[in-house]
Amino acid sequence: MTTDGTEAPVLTVSGMSAGYGDETVLEKINLVLNRRDFVGLIGPNGGGKTTLLKVLLGLVQPTAGEVRINGLAPGPARDQIGYVPQAVDADRRFPIGVKDVVIMGCLATRGLFHAYTREDREAVDRMLDELELQDVRDRRFGDLSGGQQQRVLIARALVADPQILLLDEPTASVDIKVRENVYDLLSRLNERMTILLVTHDMGVISSYVKTVGCLNRELHYHGKKEITTQMLEDAYHCPVDLIAHGIPHRVLSDHDHAH
Amino acid sequence: MFEAFEYEFMRNALAAGILASVACGVIGSFVVLNRIVFLSAGIAHAAYGGIGLGFFFGFNPVIGAVGFSLAAALGMGVAQRRTGQRADTLIGVMWAIGMALGVILVDRTAGYKTDLMSYLFGSILTVPSGDLVIMLVLDVVIIIGTGLLYKELLAISFDENHAVVQRVPVTAIYLVFVCMIALTVVMLMRVVGLILLIALLTMPAAISALFVRDMRRMMVVAGLVGAAFTSAGLWLSYTFNIASGATIILLTAAVFLVCLVVRRGLNA
Repeated sequence: MTTDGTEAPVLTVSGMSAGYGDETVLEKINLVLNRRDFVGLIGPNGGGKTTLLKVLLGLVQPTAGEVRINGLAPGPARDQIGYVPQAVDADRRFPIGVKDVVIMGCLATRGLFHAYTREDREAVDRMLDELELQDVRDRRFGDLSGGQQQRVLIARALVADPQILLLDEPTASVDIKVRENVYDLLSRLNERMTILLVTHDMGVISSYVKTVGCLNRELHYHGKKEITTQMLEDAYHCPVDLIAHGIPHRVLSDHDHAH
Repeated sequence: MFEAFEYEFMRNALAAGILASVACGVIGSFVVLNRIVFLSAGIAHAAYGGIGLGFFFGFNPVIGAVGFSLAAALGMGVAQRRTGQRADTLIGVMWAIGMALGVILVDRTAGYKTDLMSYLFGSILTVPSGDLVIMLVLDVVIIIGTGLLYKELLAISFDENHAVVQRVPVTAIYLVFVCMIALTVVMLMRVVGLILLIALLTMPAAISALFVRDMRRMMVVAGLVGAAFTSAGLWLSYTFNIASGATIILLTAAVFLVCLVVRRGLNA
């Protein structure tokens, strides 16, 4: 737990369990995010990563425990959360331009029967500038590269100016070089907002996030930068050398850099 | 070639084709992008039950078709939303129930059923002026409905999960949308009949999708393409004295296939 200080936490999850039908996917999750935290949660596929994000977005009701976002329940707090999905389902030929995708981030703000306003369009332009997408603003979304599409989806999440950014496997569909760019961007955004990302790929998150946790039904998070073998073993329920294979050394040795 | 349009029935037929194409362009585009062609075909066939009801009880079969297609649309829409993957089974069942009901009701109706074939295969040459007014009203309803819900419809079609996160009432909007499909289906039934209409609903939109990059443009182009093909098909059927509905469909299909090949060529 990191409850160091005067400022109230942005997000508090206490004793939260969730699942589908009889199946429990998340059990007794405790998590506190403070302003400008940058947390990466690692876990195997099926470990409940996406379900946790759905609970935070108010799409899945917890079966036990409580979630508070700036004192509000997840549903009413959706305005304060920007969400970046892993990918979009639509096919490549879907006739929609980059600007039209980004402005969808304003849907909740406007609501039914209200058109997007000029401010919305200006916010879209600002976002496209900030994410260096100005050159592709009039292109069709499906014609962009994987990394550009990812940045468009981040822009869509940011356009309504959220306080917390949730990302699901933000670099699953892009190559290594683009990954670095995406994480550079997230580090920059972290200067003004809290970021929580989930991924099954431990190699990529280590050098950018501030703190790391392991999620596999239960959450092992101690507000620390490094993953311990104990956390991995707890999360993956198997000896760590089985899963540490292929993890860049910096994940486990970042500890030394910090000192 | 224009002498054909000296006859009122030809002018009415032309107008009916164009009015139906407007609905096709708007609704067909969303049908194609949301991949709910099967559901739309189900609505069309289930409408036959309403036609049978009209025959049996002696009221206007079009009214029966409107009622049945709306009911089928809601039933299938709910099935699609609630059951996900397995929805196509339920939709297929409702499709068949509607048709079976229609077959029995028509069979139990005494007398000679001249009109029946016109509902199955279209009767664009016998559209009375009164029906044109109804079609115009339906077009207006569809355009206003789509206009009001445009940003939500686009959001749901593109990325439904995100639409949910953005507090879009996805299920409610989806059900309104399938009702608009039902209204479109009834209009198209006049033009090419309920057996063939699924092709006219989807092909202009599919052709349009090959060449445009913007949703609004896709709808406009699809409407123009539909109007061009119904008019040209009508003229061909008049000139060569062949069934109008089938001519319109085959002409559209031929152009669609050519466009697919051309598009392939452009991409290569």
